[in-house]
Order: sequence, then structure tokens, then C-alpha cells
Amino acid sequence: MEKEPAGECRDFMTGNEVIARAALAAGADFMFGYPITPQNEIMHHWRRLAPQQGRGFLQTEDELSAGFAAIGAIISGKAAFSATAGPGTVLFQEPLSMAEMMRLPVVVAVQQRGGPSTATVIYSQQELTLTCFGGNGEGLRLVYSTSSHQELYDYTIKAFHKAWRYRFPTFILGDGYQAKMREALQLYDPVRRGIGDIPKEAIFGSVRAGETEPLLHLRNSFSVEEELSEVLERHLADYARAAPALVEHEFIGVPGGELLVVAHGIVGRAARQAVQELRGMGRPVNFFRPITLRPFPEDALREALQMSGGAVLVAESAQGQLGNLVRLAASGEGLPDFRSYYRPGVGITAEEIKEAVLDERALDAAVLAPGE
Amino acid sequence: MGRRKIIASGEGGQGVQALAETLARAAHNAGLSALYIPNFGIEQRGGVSLAFVQVADGPIGAPKFLTADLVVALSPRSLRRSEQYLGSHSVVLYDSSLIEAPQISDEVVGLQSYETIAPEAFAEKTGYRERQGAVETGSRRVIALAASDLARQRLHPRVFNMIILGAIVSITGVVTLEQVKEALEEKLDRRFRKDPRLREHNFAALELGAAAIDEKIREGAHR
Amino acid sequence: MSEHSMPQCWHRESKPHRFCPGCGHGLVLKALGLAVDELGLAERIIFACDIGCSLLAWDFFTFPCMQTHHGRTIPVMVGLKRASPDRIVVAYMGDGGGYSIGLQHLISAAQRHDPITAVLVNNTVYAMTGGQMAPTTLPGQRTETTPFGRDEADTGRPFRGPETLAAVAHPRAYLARGTVARVPRLKNMIREALERQLQGDFAFVEALSTCPTNWRTSAAETWSFLEQEMGSYYRPGEIAVAREED
Repeated sequence: MEKEPAGECRDFMTGNEVIARAALAAGADFMFGYPITPQNEIMHHWRRLAPQQGRGFLQTEDELSAGFAAIGAIISGKAAFSATAGPGTVLFQEPLSMAEMMRLPVVVAVQQRGGPSTATVIYSQQELTLTCFGGNGEGLRLVYSTSSHQELYDYTIKAFHKAWRYRFPTFILGDGYQAKMREALQLYDPVRRGIGDIPKEAIFGSVRAGETEPLLHLRNSFSVEEELSEVLERHLADYARAAPALVEHEFIGVPGGELLVVAHGIVGRAARQAVQELRGMGRPVNFFRPITLRPFPEDALREALQMSGGAVLVAESAQGQLGNLVRLAASGEGLPDFRSYYRPGVGITAEEIKEAVLDERALDAAVLAPGE
Repeated sequence: MGRRKIIASGEGGQGVQALAETLARAAHNAGLSALYIPNFGIEQRGGVSLAFVQVADGPIGAPKFLTADLVVALSPRSLRRSEQYLGSHSVVLYDSSLIEAPQISDEVVGLQSYETIAPEAFAEKTGYRERQGAVETGSRRVIALAASDLARQRLHPRVFNMIILGAIVSITGVVTLEQVKEALEEKLDRRFRKDPRLREHNFAALELGAAAIDEKIREGAHR
Repeated sequence: MSEHSMPQCWHRESKPHRFCPGCGHGLVLKALGLAVDELGLAERIIFACDIGCSLLAWDFFTFPCMQTHHGRTIPVMVGLKRASPDRIVVAYMGDGGGYSIGLQHLISAAQRHDPITAVLVNNTVYAMTGGQMAPTTLPGQRTETTPFGRDEADTGRPFRGPETLAAVAHPRAYLARGTVARVPRLKNMIREALERQLQGDFAFVEALSTCPTNWRTSAAETWSFLEQEMGSYYRPGEIAVAREED
């Protein structure tokens, strides 16, 4: 066996354990959680490991309390986080909208399960819209959609850093499959890798961008429209300015492609495998996977589309939640050929995506799907 | 070796997930890519337990798949549940001490038991490399193993899943018995230290399962 | 109120405050301010207010103040205290926030014995939203959603907060009900509640308060409602916590 770099080791574990380990490695101080499948083991692992390193945990009375308690901890300058799923993600929108308004760096891992309602505890990609745009606001959030345990680890660490640097609520959007499956990953100490510590500070007493006085009073309600508008314009401008540095994606392909397969998260794995097999068969099919869903890598997608003759197939375990983002991003391009493989609440295999690409009749039918 | 896809299924409590996880961990320790995912739902107990395991020498895509190279079924219900993952080349391993032969329908698996396995499928296949091929090629095959009876008579009823795991190792050849033992040491370290007999029983069960399959292959080769 | 009688920790730039004439919030916040002054806690304290009229207190003090969401002030302060135990936290809310939408948080914090100080203003109505029935609205009391008077048969009996918490709170918890009719006594209760937090205990003070705007009462009627009607249903004083049964 090769010697591992200092502070590193290769291990084999579930995604839920990966997130707990990553939060610990990142230097997170506190987790507030409420039980809901399939995220429970994030709490279990954190609860066992955290006290040895002086980190805290509280099982709250509900998700509202978990979200708001995390906010309280963050106010005092502690890196706090939570994890949830399904109906819990719905309840989380309330504290998250407050975090969005007050620019509080809450980090939440969302392990998507079937919906609507209680539905299944197993898997889906149906919480994309809720995670990106939930709450009564403008979706000023950072959302990382991971597709492997290595990414779960890397992006959980990154989530804390970006959240505190840019002061937007930040999400690791996983799913029940990623939560429960076991695969290998490299665990490391972010400090030894030069990533450093979370740039955290107490919210009260800090000086915010564009202001000179240290923050003493913090509000989320305003008396007049103009007052709100001024605050929102500042937040929106901050978001737009940060977006180019935040967007991330994966692209496999070359110019002259016949089709661009777009998928995110765990379905991205199936899509990547399908595209590689199709390319092996001589079919010039390209692959695009947005890693950030908010902000969405729009420019990169448009470029990938141009390299693929403007033809796109969106595959997701939801009824067009990613599809909508793709349509929006590509709207300037005219989108001559939009195809979809939507399986809300159900897993998607590489075989199925390959079949969807090869089955021209199915694709024609998809082009004529409702709304076209 | 490409990519091997295995479904293990049984009744909740039979140890299906433990054997699947051990197999995946052994493959991981051997330097291969491995992915294991349990099928989980609202039922905590008493339902069919299903595990998806993939082992490959390169990256693994989606965690689940449509057709398995090997379907392991430890109860009649679990066989019905995992039938959907059978492809034309899939191998079926079932516990014949729990599943009566007639419960495996001709239509689905084609053959009823070891005796009817086409001998050529396993002929000359005593080596590791060739046995890998046995899973990859040829038509659908069914292997019956009275694992539960063996465990009860020879060892302890609770190590029956390790007999099955030994059999899986022998059929697929994706890892060695030694690698599986190491994975078990890793997983059950504390319990093994507390009760060394547990280690003996588990290891003996692995050997027993693997030997039973090897025996069947030898018999098949001499027919 | 003269410049003279203002607590030291009041933020002068935000005065005169934004509460309606005759509102009791200013008096509760005065009692809180005086208690903080007396204990010299201004350097360590963080104040959070609910949504409802209490939100108007968001810049009331010279120490850090924040708004939260309706009913969620307690979990925010619980989280802050858990993560940073050296801070002194005050969760300030109305009766709707504490006894209705946020009741699970209040009961859970009491049951866990979180070392926080919660101050709840009971004025028997949802005032900011225009005078609807609150959990504390008295039998027969007219509000926008009980226009013919609160009917107990339909909407139940008014909620007695400290007495309810007494059933779940830790034996060392501090539970009290004061009134803006007696600010010095109310100040002492809040002071006690802050001291209990310093000792690591949960403390809750309900303050009976006034809302002439929604009650549609004159000054004399306002005082009479506070002292007579409210005072006879909601008894001021310290409320003993239920002891473990032998």
C-alpha cells in the first residue's frame, strides 16, 4: 500500500457518515438536527464524533427549531449546520428565508426523498426547486449537487467556506442513495491541504460590505417598500457579483456532438456512464452536469449546447425541476430540440439513459411533451 | 474484470446487508472500485431486504442497475422480489434449504437446481480467472446451496449468511476468501476480540460455502 | 419619559420608541433595561425579539439586538446559548409568539432547562395584525375574530403560561408573572430571571401589559382592564414549579 499523505486516509463508508466527517474536518462547531430519514446517520455520526473535539450537538423539537437554533449559533460566530429531507426541507424554508434576508451562513445538507408529502424515505431529486428557490424570496442561496462520496466530502467542506465568505445560506444537495450507499473516498484535513479554516466571525460587531459601522442591530422586517428594495438590491448585486466565482460544472464532449445529456447529482453518474458507453459505440453524445444549481452555470451550459447542435436530453428523478433550469439558461439559444427523461421519485440507471438516447421514437414523443 | 453487478436478497434479519457490505468492503480493500447500497424503506423489520453491490476495476456509475450478473436469494419472497433483476446471462444462487425447488419457476430461471446446470458451463473452471468468466458468459445458471442446513448442522445457524458469502466469493471470484476475512476482521474487530470463537465460526462458514461451490463445480466438470 | 429615567442601556438614537401611546411594551423594556443596568450585563447580552409588536424593539438597546421570526425567538436564543454559553440571551416575545405559534419551542426549552431568559408580553390580543383573538384573550373579550366576545365553548379557555410551564420545568427553573402596573416589581422579576440564567437555569417572565389601540379603551378603561379583568384571571407573582412526586 502506498503511504497516504499526512492527515489523509482512504475509506469506505456511507454518504451520511461522509457528511458528518467532512463537517468535522471543516471545523464546524455545532449541529442542530431533527430526525428524518434518510439523513439520520449524519446526526448519529456527528453525535458520536463531535464531543471528542469539543463540538456540540442538540436534537431539537422540530426542523424549525433546528434551523433557527443554527441561526442563533451563527449569530455568535459559530459554524453551525443541520441536515434534513423531504417534509423537513419544507419546514426548513422558514429559518432559511430569515438566513437569506439577514445574510446568515447557514449550511444544510439535504438528502432528498420522494415527494410530495411523506411519500418515500428512499430517494428522489424532487427537492431541487425547494432547495434553490424555497422561501418567500429570491433564492439567494448556494446549492451544490454532489454525485459521489468524494464530492460529498469536498463540497461539504467547501459549503462552510463559501457560506461564510459570501454570507448566503448554502446547501449540499444529496439524496437517499448518496445517504445510504457505501463507496470509497479520500478523507483529508482541509487545513493541511491549504484550504484553511472557515472564515467565521461573530455577526454582531462585524462590519458588512458597503457599511462602515459595526453591526449592532439586525432586522428582517421593514416599514416601507423602498427600504426593503434598497436592501434586496444590495443582496442581489452581491449575488450576481459572486456568481461567476461560484458556478461549477462538469462537461465531457467535443464540438459537433449530436446531443447533450444533462443530469445532476447521482443521476449525473448514470448519465456520464451512458454517454461514455455511447461514445464508445461511436455516437458523438456530450455530457453536462451542473454542480452548482444555484447559481446555475448558465454560460457553460450554453457553450455545451452549442457544441451539441442545440439538442439536449435532460434526465432527472423529478418532473422537470432541472429541466426548467436548463430551459431558462438556454432560452437565448432557441432550444430547437429539447428532450426529457423524467422519473419523479425513482432512480435512473445508465442503461435507461442509454436507451432513452437511442430510442428516437421516444425522443420524438418527448419533444411533443406537454407545454411544447 | 470490467464491472460485476450482484443483487443479494433475503428476509430482514437474515444478514443480507452484512454480507453485501462485507463483500464490497473486501473489494475496496483489494484496491477495486466498490459500491454497495441497501434497498431501504419505511419497514424496519420483516420485509424483503435487498442489497445492490457493484465491483469494478474502474469508476462505477449509478448505484443501482437493471440486470445483475449474480442474483442471490435467501427466501422465496426475496426471490420473487429480485427476479426483475435477472438478465439472460444472470447466475442465480439460492438457499435450497429454505426455498423449495418448485418455487423457482422454469420460466424465470430456466433450471431448477445444480444437477441441471449445463456441465460445460463450469467445466475446466477451477481457476480464479476462468471462474470470473463463468459469471460473465454463457446462459443463465442456477446454483442451489443448502446453506441454512449446513450452518445448523455443521456450525451455528447465525453464520448462514457467511456460508452464502463464501459461495459468492467462489462463484464470482471478485475477491479472495482472505480479503473477505480481512474485511470481517475490520468490521467485527471488537466482537472478535471479545469472543474469538465468533471469528472461527465466521471463517469456517466462509470456507464451507466456498468449498461447497468448488465441489459442485468439480462434480459438474466430471459429469 | 424624561431623558433622566431612561435605562443606561437604552439606545437613545432609537427613541422616542415606536410603540403606540399607552402601550405596555415600553414599560416592559424599561424594566428589562434597568435590570440589565443593575447587573452590569450590557457587555454580554444579546436581545432577540419576535415578530408582532415586539419586533419594534429591534434597535431598542445599545447591546446587540435582532429580530427573528414569529414564534421562533426561543430557538434562536437556545442555539446561540448552546454554541456560545458565555453570552447572556433574552428572548422577547408576545403572547401569540410564545403561547400559540411558538409554544412547542417554549415548552421544549423549559423541559430541557435551557439557560435562557424569556420575557413574554401578555396583552390578550394579536396587536400588530389588527386585534385578533390571542391564546390569552379573556372570556367574553371582543376582538376582530371574536366580535361577539370570546366564547369558551368554541375557543377554549385563556392560556396560563407560567402555570403550564410549571408542569414541565426543572425544579430550579424560575417562572413568574409581573405586570406593567408595577414596573419595579417587574424589573426585579426580570433581574431574577437574568441572574438565574447566570446560574445556568431556565427563566421565564410573563408581563401583563396593555393595548389601548386594539382594546379601544380610554386611559382609565385600559388601566382597569389590566388591573381588574387581567389581574384576576392571570395572578401576578412567582409560580412554583411542580416538584417530583415522592
